[in-house]
Amino acid sequence: MASGTLPSVAEHPQVTAFKRRQKVKRGALVLIALAFSALVMGVPVAAIFARAFQEGVAVYWTNIVEPDTLYAIWLTVLTALIVLPINIVYGVAVAWLITRYRFPGRRVLLTIIELPFSISPIVAGLCYLLIYGGTSVIGSWADEWNIQLMFNLTGIVLVSLFVTCPFVARELIPLMQVSGKDQEEAALTLGATGWQTFRHVTLPNIRWALLYGAILANARVMGEFGAVSVVSGNIRGETMTLPLQVQLLYDDYNATGAFAAATVLTLIAVITLVLRSLIEARHPHRH
Amino acid sequence: MTTVLSSGPVPSGPTRRGAARVLPGFGLTLGISLLFVALIILLPLSGLAWQMSQLGFSDYLRIISSERTLAAFRVTLSAAALATIFNACFGLLLAWVLVRYEFPGKRLLDALVDLPFALPTAVAGISLVALYDKSGWMGTLLDGMGLKVAYTWWGIALAMVFTSVPFGVRTVQPVMESLSHDIEEAARTLGARDWQVFRHIVFPQLWPSFITGASLAFARSLGEFGAVIFIAGNMPFETEIASLLIMIRLEEYDFPAASAIAGTVLAIALFVLILANLAQGRASRHLNGGA
Amino acid sequence: MKKIVLAAFGAALLLGAGAPARAEEPTEILNVSYDIARELYATINPKFIEHWKETSGKEIDIKQSHAGSSKQARAIMQGLKADLVTFNQVLDVQILADKGFVSENWQKDLPNNASPYYSLPAFLVRKDNPKDIKDWDDLVREDVKLVFPNPKTSGNARYTYLAAYAYALEKNGGDDEAAREFVGKLLKNVAVFDTGGRGSTTTFVEREIGDVLITFEAEVENIRTQYGKDDYQRVVPSVSLLAEFPVAVVEKVAKQRGSLDVSKAYLDYLYSKEGQEIIVSFNNRVHNEEVKAANADRFPDVRLVTVEDVFGSWAEAKETHFSDGGVLDQVFNAR
Repeated sequence: MASGTLPSVAEHPQVTAFKRRQKVKRGALVLIALAFSALVMGVPVAAIFARAFQEGVAVYWTNIVEPDTLYAIWLTVLTALIVLPINIVYGVAVAWLITRYRFPGRRVLLTIIELPFSISPIVAGLCYLLIYGGTSVIGSWADEWNIQLMFNLTGIVLVSLFVTCPFVARELIPLMQVSGKDQEEAALTLGATGWQTFRHVTLPNIRWALLYGAILANARVMGEFGAVSVVSGNIRGETMTLPLQVQLLYDDYNATGAFAAATVLTLIAVITLVLRSLIEARHPHRH
Repeated sequence: MTTVLSSGPVPSGPTRRGAARVLPGFGLTLGISLLFVALIILLPLSGLAWQMSQLGFSDYLRIISSERTLAAFRVTLSAAALATIFNACFGLLLAWVLVRYEFPGKRLLDALVDLPFALPTAVAGISLVALYDKSGWMGTLLDGMGLKVAYTWWGIALAMVFTSVPFGVRTVQPVMESLSHDIEEAARTLGARDWQVFRHIVFPQLWPSFITGASLAFARSLGEFGAVIFIAGNMPFETEIASLLIMIRLEEYDFPAASAIAGTVLAIALFVLILANLAQGRASRHLNGGA
Repeated sequence: MKKIVLAAFGAALLLGAGAPARAEEPTEILNVSYDIARELYATINPKFIEHWKETSGKEIDIKQSHAGSSKQARAIMQGLKADLVTFNQVLDVQILADKGFVSENWQKDLPNNASPYYSLPAFLVRKDNPKDIKDWDDLVREDVKLVFPNPKTSGNARYTYLAAYAYALEKNGGDDEAAREFVGKLLKNVAVFDTGGRGSTTTFVEREIGDVLITFEAEVENIRTQYGKDDYQRVVPSVSLLAEFPVAVVEKVAKQRGSLDVSKAYLDYLYSKEGQEIIVSFNNRVHNEEVKAANADRFPDVRLVTVEDVFGSWAEAKETHFSDGGVLDQVFNAR
């Protein structure tokens, strides 16, 4: 590390003065960073809990176990349960494709994968209405088969897939790029099938990155507001996910209920961050 | 697409397509990827493109250049610009502190940086309002100083700052971690001051990632909706952001106008990202050439 | 190739898993409604469920969806399966009729222009009316700050805007210039524009912003019930605009789902004495003579003008005032 200096030089008075100055500077920078972070991110989270518990734990609990809120929690979990496996399959497939083969259109595909991140959720919702809504070709065709695509769980799942699909892929691609395909090729040479190779060679290498991406995607699925609000239809106790329920309660003269529901989402966020840093600490994979 | 694409074990020797496709699973992964990309990403976006193509150029121009739309863009772009500048600087500082220093609570701070990604935007929105309105903790404080944040342009900028904090930090941080200290040490030995070292040695190496972070933060701020609508006054011409205007146009059944504005927001975001990509490419070429 | 097909099939299956199964006879219907009618329909629905059980012997469940009524109309056109609508905007039902979702003669299908109840824009002020607000004129004073939603997104606010305009027209002998100036001043006094009625209430009550909240009289009273009769006062202006709450069966959907009868029964129930009593208890004005007489003391006298009288028709009012570059935009621009 920074130990290029020799011991004898370190004791020199000028050096100690230099070190002290460095220490003061360092302290000041750390303090500024901490103060800003607390102000920008810490205080808002504290405010959510303060407001939710303002009227006591009993009122808080009543608000949480309110049937519509419980249903919203369930719907949010259900959405995540459907979206995540699809996202993982897609993420692994696309990462494998991008890192293991060269083919025409590969760079284009790379750009497309990242596209959903740069699109406003509202715009994403609008796009889905235009293509899968009742007035569209696909929407009216599906309607003839009595399949409704928007304003129900299907719609919520579809837009959630859109807003979260880059997470897993963008974690896996750099990692698989770096690790290369020598091991896999070796396994194949030794007679393993494609699936065996993936299961025993590739997966152990990428599982932490996979988990990492899935955790981030999960947080986003559970928290998505803009895109889901466009395609949800706002049916109480049926298509209200937790973030929508927060807004609904907020508009319903029930600010305490809204903040109570918000604490559930905040907890999910905090758990996400804890898991994230645990994985990070055990398996650093920053690129 | 022929037999090469089958997922069974492939002979390890050179295949007809050369060594590139030795590994199995090309067909399977291509199938899944293309299906997903087509249904989930490209088809919906083509809907927007189609809706916009229905619109004549003069109609498009009329919608985009209407005073209200222009005002919304002014508000959105200026607030996003301020948020980006703030986050670029703040991100640099945070990344520096996280990479270079050891201090109590460092792990916590590192985790906290990702909070805005993990926290739903609607929750961020109501919490910022609760904080900064007249009766909130920060609101009372700022009110005493004669500052109003909630329901003003500043509130919009604040919400954008919150939602795009991680971009500024997370893009710079890994690059900073990989920097070699040798040159810095050398510069110091030659008598350079801290500031000079940072300015002439460290920053040039961070520059590409700094630009990427800033452009990502800017793109995110442009499209932000959930966090902003709660704290913006939503006053046309003053505190109405482009995303809200899209929503309003949608509610007025004005699909062409909604898609015109949406398309423009998207184009600006993509333009900024591409620009950043180009700048980054140039910067890294320059660096590599110099090394 | 086989794998691709298989993958495609698998993914399609997964996507399809979210699609709902259709029952032959619906056991639930969806009432798609405006933003601030939540408590009202939450009270009516259980009563109607009982009533339907008694009269038809069948079980029914009623789902509610609440949002801005224009947004709701759009959602229905895009495929939201509403069996019936209860809106606060004639225009929003009309557009459904134009697109073939609702019968062409929907306004004739039920009494009173298919509006089981009505209300009017009125004012909510803080305790003891500190700014001494009595009528529309007080709202354009420089020391008064107003809260009402954005007329662009909220039907509620459109009534407020048109009521103020109608008042100014009348006061100035039909002078459009003067009326524009009046609503210009009014808009200038607005402290926060929320997107919907409920947002404005929160702004006024919870965030304590503004001196006057302008919303439907019914909502004014509901807020007082919710937040304390003593802390807020109702002010009803000398003249206001008739706000109708049109209802209709979304026949296109109801026929498809086989819910036509129960949906019609639901709307009829709103006109029944029992229904009207519930509606009046939420401070809406009703037409049923008996209920009206019993509750006469709750509603102060006010002279009501209609959109048709002052502006010709809703379509004309929309075209002149709320279209892009219309009077509302011009007034905003001049601010």
